Amino acid sequence: MKRRYLHSMLAAVAVTVLASQSWAATTLTVYTAIEADDLKRYAAEFNKYYPDIEIKWVRDSTGIVTAKLLAEKNNPQADVVWGLAATSLMLLKAEGMTQAYKPKGVEQLDKKFVDGEDPPHWTGMDAWVAAICVNTVEAKKLNLPMPTSWKDLTKPVYKGHVVMPNPNSSGTGFLDVSSWLQMFGEEGGWQFMDSLHQNIAWYTHSGSKPCRQAGSGETPIGVSFAYRGAKVKNKGAPVEIVMPAEGAGWDMEATTIIKGTKNLEAAKKLVDFSVSKEANQMYNSVYAVVAYPGVAQPVKNYPENIGAKMMNNDFQFAADNRKRILKEWQRRYDSKSEPKS
Amino acid sequence: MLAIGAFLVVCVLLPLYSMLSKSFENADGDFIGLANYADYFSTPALFLSAINSLYVSVTASVIVLVTAFVYGYALTRSCMPFKWFFKLVALVPLLTPSLLSGISLVYWFGKQGVAKELLFGELIYGPIGIIIGSAYWVFPHALMIVITALTITDARLYEAATALRTGTLRTFFTITLPGCKYGLISAGFVTFTLIFTDFGVPKVIGGNYNVLATDIYKQVIGQQNFEMGAVVSMILLLPAVLAFTVDRVVQKKQVALLSAQAVPYRPKPKRKRDLCMLVFCSIVAALILLMIGMAQYAALITFWPYNLEFTLANYDFDLANGGGWDSYFNSIRMALYTAAFGTVIIFFGAYLVEKGRRFIAGRSIFHAIAMLPLAVPGMVLGLSYIFFFNNPSNPFNFIYGTMAILVVATITHFYTVSHLTAVTALKQMDAEFESVGASLKAPFYRTFARVTVPVCMPAALDISMYLFLNAMTTVSAVVFIYSSDTTLASVAVLNMDDQGEIAFAAAMAMMIAYTCAGARILHALLTRSIMRTTQAWRTS
Amino acid sequence: MTADAKHAPTPYLRLFDVTKRFGDFIALKDISLEIYEGEFVCFLGPSGCGKTTLLRAIAGLDIQTSGTVEQNGQDVSALPPYERDFGIVFQSYALFPNLTVAKNVAYGLENRKIAKRDVRQRVAELLQLVGLPDQGDKYPRQLSGGQQQRIALARAIATSPGLLLLDEPLSALDAKVRVHLRHEVKQLQRRLGITTVMVTHDQEEALTMADRIVVMNQGVIEQIGTPEDIYRKPSTSFVADFIGTMNFVAGTAVGPDRVRCGDNVLACETSDMREGDVVTVAVRPEDIVLREGVSESEENVFSVRIDAMEFLGSYVRADLALEARGDQILRADLSINLVRRMQIAEGDERFVNIPKERIRVYQGTVNRDV
Repeated sequence: MKRRYLHSMLAAVAVTVLASQSWAATTLTVYTAIEADDLKRYAAEFNKYYPDIEIKWVRDSTGIVTAKLLAEKNNPQADVVWGLAATSLMLLKAEGMTQAYKPKGVEQLDKKFVDGEDPPHWTGMDAWVAAICVNTVEAKKLNLPMPTSWKDLTKPVYKGHVVMPNPNSSGTGFLDVSSWLQMFGEEGGWQFMDSLHQNIAWYTHSGSKPCRQAGSGETPIGVSFAYRGAKVKNKGAPVEIVMPAEGAGWDMEATTIIKGTKNLEAAKKLVDFSVSKEANQMYNSVYAVVAYPGVAQPVKNYPENIGAKMMNNDFQFAADNRKRILKEWQRRYDSKSEPKS
Repeated sequence: MLAIGAFLVVCVLLPLYSMLSKSFENADGDFIGLANYADYFSTPALFLSAINSLYVSVTASVIVLVTAFVYGYALTRSCMPFKWFFKLVALVPLLTPSLLSGISLVYWFGKQGVAKELLFGELIYGPIGIIIGSAYWVFPHALMIVITALTITDARLYEAATALRTGTLRTFFTITLPGCKYGLISAGFVTFTLIFTDFGVPKVIGGNYNVLATDIYKQVIGQQNFEMGAVVSMILLLPAVLAFTVDRVVQKKQVALLSAQAVPYRPKPKRKRDLCMLVFCSIVAALILLMIGMAQYAALITFWPYNLEFTLANYDFDLANGGGWDSYFNSIRMALYTAAFGTVIIFFGAYLVEKGRRFIAGRSIFHAIAMLPLAVPGMVLGLSYIFFFNNPSNPFNFIYGTMAILVVATITHFYTVSHLTAVTALKQMDAEFESVGASLKAPFYRTFARVTVPVCMPAALDISMYLFLNAMTTVSAVVFIYSSDTTLASVAVLNMDDQGEIAFAAAMAMMIAYTCAGARILHALLTRSIMRTTQAWRTS
Repeated sequence: MTADAKHAPTPYLRLFDVTKRFGDFIALKDISLEIYEGEFVCFLGPSGCGKTTLLRAIAGLDIQTSGTVEQNGQDVSALPPYERDFGIVFQSYALFPNLTVAKNVAYGLENRKIAKRDVRQRVAELLQLVGLPDQGDKYPRQLSGGQQQRIALARAIATSPGLLLLDEPLSALDAKVRVHLRHEVKQLQRRLGITTVMVTHDQEEALTMADRIVVMNQGVIEQIGTPEDIYRKPSTSFVADFIGTMNFVAGTAVGPDRVRCGDNVLACETSDMREGDVVTVAVRPEDIVLREGVSESEENVFSVRIDAMEFLGSYVRADLALEARGDQILRADLSINLVRRMQIAEGDERFVNIPKERIRVYQGTVNRDV
């Protein structure tokens, strides 16, 4: 009697185990820099289509995730990277860490958002665009006119009122610097930064901080990106997001499979999903520009017509010259210690 | 013995070695000699960072030392009232991550700060902020050393001075100051090293004032340049090791002074002096409370500075980037593991060093290695852990990315002070307990469990408390090695601030503070009850 | 019992060529020694002579570098302490501070599968034995030093070990307590008949307590013998100097049993001297006899001047200047009775006699570190 009871118990356990296994056959370790409050939504959406793949998120800021991936180069822990700056993925590609894969439906995407190689190593999701956050309350107190272009920021009236990210510690900072060098030319770019430097109150370590600081009035003007500006504005900060007239640098969040993953099939499914229309609609809830043409709806508090302001960014140029640019930048601006107010 | 020796080798020596070799490699792992160093030294930014680091460390150390001395003097040599209160307040900064002062300073003196006029137009983002913030959090560390130094002075010297009709001032300069000279030097070096290697405060409030500690962060996180990060780490290690060596030498001399049978000094009331001291201590205590008070205020404000309504929304960490409530509970788990395992490991290690009879050479080497972590900045340790443990050919690779590596790193980072505490406790026991136990045919573990452990219980509790508090508040040792499963509250504070979510950051920092305060109270109660039950023999 | 055991045919403890090195330093050099059952043996010597090291080697606490230790017919040379059979008492008492007196005494009994009741009874017996029957519930810290040491003794003998080792057990105590406890320990040892080895640097302790004394110096045994042997017939000048007070006078042999010291010639009982040997003559202060009605022509009688007298209670220590050689001073212990009877005073000139059977002669000169 007792024994039989035991048997049936065991059988029940076995069934449960098997069942749960078939429910989540695979667990994917996914590295990402997507905002924490978006992560759960993304995973839930993905599981609607692929319920048997469980996502284990590893989230951190762009710099840290990139550093982590590179540090783990010899022994990668990630299966997929979903939602990291394309420039970072290019870095990984250069290190030979990415797996080439042509996702189903990738041909639907805007060419700008897909790695040029065939099959591509990475595919873009959405764009985050550089922008200027202006705190209208503080600007008014200080009688600052609303800037409309990058060049405006070099005017003496803004002296000590501009905050931007340090390109040596922030990807957004580098994005800004590389875009200025592309738009204004090598010489013009450095000249622009020379005069901008005169107006900078301080450089921050993170790309979103200037806009947050503009939101809290720590600075009237912060050079950051539009997505962050919208989020700060949503919180009720008196912030206006300015898209500079010259155009703005941008980068995209992108997806790649890490070479050597033990879960290649599941990884491919995730990447397939990441380029789908449904996924792009999902990205659109927070990003105004997404890779899938025609799905984007206006996002609350985003500057209008942001797509038109996106400059023609040469990512290859940025990747190839990164070291040189950073060194030059450091030589020019990082060695001046005294903060100007 | 071997196991614990191996623990130290694996957790201290080998990672540092892999760090050293990394600094001689290029990105592909080829040996390139001193090229990285040449590269770094050719950048003018380095000298600036080094000079900046020196400048803020020295300035803040001097401020802290003077303040701590007067404060400590008031606590030990005056009859000022409310001493217990001032003692308590002085320890408050130990309960919070060093970053908290940075956050609080923004609210006080930032562009929207409530007291920014006090800076006369100077920016808080920069050396001023770093110096004030650093002074705040290292103050208790300096104070504890100064108090010890002031307590050991021999009262008979003062009686002799009075008998010789020596004036107050002369007594101070000929007896008081020389008497705690070594303590002051030691406190100076400790504060210097702490500030020099700290990364939290300059990261939050440093603006574009570069110091070496933030340089490492920039190299590794900003540019993913590990080799250069290793180079800066090695440079950061140098002055820390130097300061540590000087401190060790000084400590030895201090011990020599102590051996005399001194009569403890008992202050006599002196109205004027006591009043001055009361005023001074009140000011310092007020500053400390203002600092943590502002952080608490910041944590409760809806949207600084435009919506000053009180809210608890900032405690909803799951909505913030940088780690949700998970990270808070992870931190508690990590701190508990660190306290539990760390105390056992450290205590055993000290036991072997102190009570072992064989391998004399081995034991002194062990002791020397146990001293080393004090001189290794947390960031350097953390970075070296990436290099060492995230190597597929390393048999310990499996702990990478787990809670275990955080616990190991934290135990290692705070090994030295705990080790010394344990050794001191063991030294106070009769050297022959083990011999007696053996002669009575009691196996060594029985004597260890029935005598050594109970006798050393208060010390063991102190060690576990020390480990717990530090594990809760440390940032530098773990910032490179936590994973998404093991995000920590202290790192969350850093990341939230980094993302500009300063209210969340303040709230999280305060959660750490409440927890540490709770742990301290628990510790006090536990110690009291243990003292009453198992330590009855001490009092009678 | 002890008297018979002294001559038992097989020794209880036997050391053979025991050597202990600490790096380059030789702490013990080829020590061989036999200790009989029920004997009380003292290791006596100045600090650093190796006596404690030898005790620890016997206990197995610091195992010797080479040589063997046999206990009760078994070679225990390589055994760890917990596999040997001994109880030990240290100078520092080493009582476990967190355990009560009773628990301390019971410590060795508890892991021997003895019923709790029996343990309690045994502890009570032992406390009775050391004269502290009511102190079981106190903590060590609440007792005086002498009481603590008695407890330590009770703890050491609780398990009835075959060998009791005492490492300077009385050195930390006050003078009075020390003398008292000396007597008690000896009595206890007699009563139990337990073979005992005690380390001490206090010669008085050794002389009063030991059946045999092992005098050690610089890692070697200088002499083994009964207290009387050691005192009366020190076999080396070191022993002569270390034990008690001794007058040393430099001299030259002038015959097999004749020594010239300055102007005087001394007769002595040795016979192995050759003429011209440089020797040192040794005589104890109490063996110098002050006499009346003798003349210098008698054997070993000299005229002396009394330079100084030091009153020491029951006797007087006098500095005697040999008249012929004013710089040579002999110390003599004179009983108070004698001093009174002969009305001796400083500055007197008297005759002394040194009985030849009381004279020891050592080859070479003696360097005294006094």
